[in-house]
Amino acid sequence: MQNNYIRELKKTANQVRKNIITAVYYAKAGHPGGSLSAAEIFTYLYMKEMNVDPANPDDPDRDRFVLSKGHTCPGLYGVMAEKGYFDREELKTFRHVGTRLQGHPSMRLLPGIDMSTGSLGQGISCAVGMAVAGKVQKRDFRVYTLLGDGEIEEGQVWEASMFAGAKKLDNLCVIVDNNNLQIDGTLEEVNSPYPIDKKFEAFNFHVINVEDGHDFEQLAAAFAEARTIKGMPTAIICKTVKGKDVSFMENNAGWHGKAPNEEQYKIAMADLERIGEAL
Amino acid sequence: MSDVKKIATRESYGKTLVELGAKMPNLVVLDADLAGSTKTGEFQKVYPDRFFDCGIAEGNMMSIAAGLAAAGMVPFASSFAMFASGRAYEQIRNSIGYPHLNVKIGASHAGISVGEDGASHQCLEDLALMRMIPGMVVMCPADDTEARKAVKAAVEHDGPVYIRFGRSPVPVVFDEDYEFQIGKGSILREGKDVSIVANGLCVASALEAADMLAKDGIDAEVVNICTIKPLDDDLIVQTASKTGRVVTVEEHSIIGGLGGAVAECLSEKCPTKMYRIGVRDVFGESGPAGELLHRYMLDGEGVYDQVKAFIED
Repeated sequence: MQNNYIRELKKTANQVRKNIITAVYYAKAGHPGGSLSAAEIFTYLYMKEMNVDPANPDDPDRDRFVLSKGHTCPGLYGVMAEKGYFDREELKTFRHVGTRLQGHPSMRLLPGIDMSTGSLGQGISCAVGMAVAGKVQKRDFRVYTLLGDGEIEEGQVWEASMFAGAKKLDNLCVIVDNNNLQIDGTLEEVNSPYPIDKKFEAFNFHVINVEDGHDFEQLAAAFAEARTIKGMPTAIICKTVKGKDVSFMENNAGWHGKAPNEEQYKIAMADLERIGEAL
Repeated sequence: MSDVKKIATRESYGKTLVELGAKMPNLVVLDADLAGSTKTGEFQKVYPDRFFDCGIAEGNMMSIAAGLAAAGMVPFASSFAMFASGRAYEQIRNSIGYPHLNVKIGASHAGISVGEDGASHQCLEDLALMRMIPGMVVMCPADDTEARKAVKAAVEHDGPVYIRFGRSPVPVVFDEDYEFQIGKGSILREGKDVSIVANGLCVASALEAADMLAKDGIDAEVVNICTIKPLDDDLIVQTASKTGRVVTVEEHSIIGGLGGAVAECLSEKCPTKMYRIGVRDVFGESGPAGELLHRYMLDGEGVYDQVKAFIED
């Protein structure tokens, strides 16, 4: 049984994907693959999970989001536009001179961005710092950070995880977008970080495996479970499809960091239009 | 100068953190398993709930500090200068510098006066590395008084600050009524024949050298430049215009530190004959601090010899 709110989330995720393709197409550059794979994660976080308000982006009690895999900001910008942080039209300025929508997120330019990221492995540490601040300030906010599965090859991810586990940061929720592709190929071909869940467990995280990171019911269950965990941080490992819902981009590492041409743009938007209409 | 009171600037750092901790509930201190050496352990003893030992993971520590600052805290992050500025360079650049976050980096054990630990721990590049980061304030205090005042000024400043401290006790040069300001240097001794511009423990060496030069009839002006960035261009130009000869002295590579900064300033604003005293593009080595400072000609005698040679050239 599919209730209404799930249908609304699916529609939003579909619009986020259109926003991703639009932004990258108009920029003639950017990272569509890992943005598309996380469209449901972005959507669930901003539309259901997090306590955030575009009208009050500096509220000290708001939940925080750090896009540790900063290159997939078309997905973040895509959902921020839907949430009301800025107009959809602004997505067309992505990566242009003078834009607030930098190639990697800048907290100084765009209200609602909680941390400037882009250099892989650093965002999770920044999120850890925010979680520590929450504890020191005795505030109830939660901190969410999204990592790529290739990103976790960075040693700093494990320095941050060791600290988060040791300090029992239960206000921290780490999400891994496990689309199994990085620039040079599959994770196994490049430098396998598997088993990802066992690694986070070894670093004293509560680990939740989400078999289908595009299924909102599974995401809802995972985030609800994470909220109940006390005394340790949570890692949610989401299996996803890189390039999801764009026929020629799905499971294709070549679309990690490349923009579609006009013909490809039309095909991609038609793919997404068709999927959206079926909802 | 054996009768002069000597205090290591890292001691001044630890003491000032404790003092500030009482007034600032949002001040937190991070270290990377060197709290006993960097003296952040003094803060830990008094405020254990606001002290976080990140273990031996300096890069992570700097990004955590960024997150803390983004959430409204004022974090001091400490390690040895080598690992604070070197190991964690890119984290400082991208997590702290680019978003211009209010993180203070207290880096101790800088320069060859680390002594016996040798080259791997003798950071001679930190001022150059930090100076390149847009918006970063870079300071190298000369003594206990200046170090305490620099730490207090750092928390008044909104933005990233790097402060360099030393391991070895150094002579106290400044009185308590010294008015410290970020970006402002000071003339410690007026002179007309040559300007000796120094920072850190080399300020005491420069003053000692000036006394020796005076006996030879050379009237040296000694200028203290604690803040390498933003540099006090006006004071540098003023002293260069007055004496016509400028020597910089620092416990750092002659590339990119105080010597580099002064050379950049003067070549644009007041071309002046210059000589840079410092570590001349080599790594350090093991030995007692005093002997190393002598060997690398950064003590009073070494500075005197080099200034003399420069003037006579």
